[in-house]
Amino acid sequence: MTEQKKITAPLTDETVKSLKAGDSVLISGVIYAARDAAHQRMIEALDRGEDLPVDLTGQVIYYVGPSPAKPGEPIGSAGPTTAGRCDAYTPRLLDKGLKGMIGKGYRSDTVVDSMKKNGAVYFVCVGGAAALISRTIKAYDVVAYGELGPEALARMEVVDFPAIVAIDCEGRNYYEEGQKPYKKL
Amino acid sequence: MRTITAQAITDAVAKLAIEANYYLSEDVYNALEEGQQKEESPLGKDIIGQILQNACIARDEAKPMCQDTGLAVVFVELGQDAHIQGGTLEAAINAGVAKGYIEGYLRKSAVAEPLFNRKNTGDNTPAIIHLESVPGDRIKILLAPKGAGSENKSGLKMLVPADGIAGVKKFVLDTVISAGSSTCPPIVVGVGIGGTMDKAAYLAKKALIRPLTERNAHPEYAKLEAELLDLINKTGIGPQGLGGCTTALAVNVEWFPTHIASLPVAVNINCHATRHAEITL
Repeated sequence: MTEQKKITAPLTDETVKSLKAGDSVLISGVIYAARDAAHQRMIEALDRGEDLPVDLTGQVIYYVGPSPAKPGEPIGSAGPTTAGRCDAYTPRLLDKGLKGMIGKGYRSDTVVDSMKKNGAVYFVCVGGAAALISRTIKAYDVVAYGELGPEALARMEVVDFPAIVAIDCEGRNYYEEGQKPYKKL
Repeated sequence: MRTITAQAITDAVAKLAIEANYYLSEDVYNALEEGQQKEESPLGKDIIGQILQNACIARDEAKPMCQDTGLAVVFVELGQDAHIQGGTLEAAINAGVAKGYIEGYLRKSAVAEPLFNRKNTGDNTPAIIHLESVPGDRIKILLAPKGAGSENKSGLKMLVPADGIAGVKKFVLDTVISAGSSTCPPIVVGVGIGGTMDKAAYLAKKALIRPLTERNAHPEYAKLEAELLDLINKTGIGPQGLGGCTTALAVNVEWFPTHIASLPVAVNINCHATRHAEITL
């Protein structure tokens, strides 16, 4: 097993700076669930000059649309969705203080530039490991856009949520670094 | 003539939807274990370890392996001496999908119209149904939930005969490389070659339901499968795209006769959870 660093969310600037591309982490604390549909709603609110439903300062957004919870459980299976679908909306949220994102897949150069400017980090967790990840989610409460169903904006309490730093706040990209030694074409 | 009730089909489809989403089939589980052993990247090994552990948790706790429980793709082999009583085949299948996705706590990921409104249908219908007529009086139903992360990165190209084997390999490889990490590697790659545009796409989907341990019966296509797998595993993409030598678990190719001027190639990518369950009624 690679070493896992324990961190707390929301993230401090100090935590963000300490994270390097390729680090494995276990996240505990509060994070927010939102996918592209909820992002679109947040951007529309900003366009109308309204406040966001949540103050994003220091917060982490997890790109997830969980399956329905079974009775007595806080959430159903809850693995990451493709982050790239949020790329168009992300820089404005980073400007609002967002410090971390959890998803899967590559990010656009515009997002990486904005992460460097704002000091933010992009984590990935294992796509499809949704039953395993859901065990680390202790509470799930919709805070806005409930009509979007699994795509609502929700507050989640997590304990030892497993993730990997894919892109750090200096723009180091572990997708590129990690793939290089194994590329044999 | 043998009679099968629409209700029996509905009940069977509901059960298949749940089974396919909760239980990873043995061939995929074994291929993942083998991939973990071969994987050279320590992080890649950890990632496959999490995927295997996830399959066990999903099985033990009876919950979906992945939150994206997909659109329900249903392959039906309908014996021409079977008679369906009490409703149409299509309605019976869709009723089964709705029942399975609701009772199984599976995510409803279908929108009723793709462009303007995109309102969720609420019960994951309609299913994508592929119907084939076969001899006999039985009905074989296979349900393969298909998630969007990998489906969105699939592709199709109308090559010309002069592009040949090299052209096919290049298109498959380009599609996998540009798909990168969001398909949730290690992936399974379905390739359809020949027919028309629509037939090639159907063959690529059908290729994904073949067990990973079975190679194409035609030796040259079996060799092509092995060569493509080797090339894909040399891209370096690795588990979850974070680097390694296990980018794909298998490449399955299906082919069909085609036009003298055509060489259609379709590439349908599946994530590591290549889910399917089947029943014969």
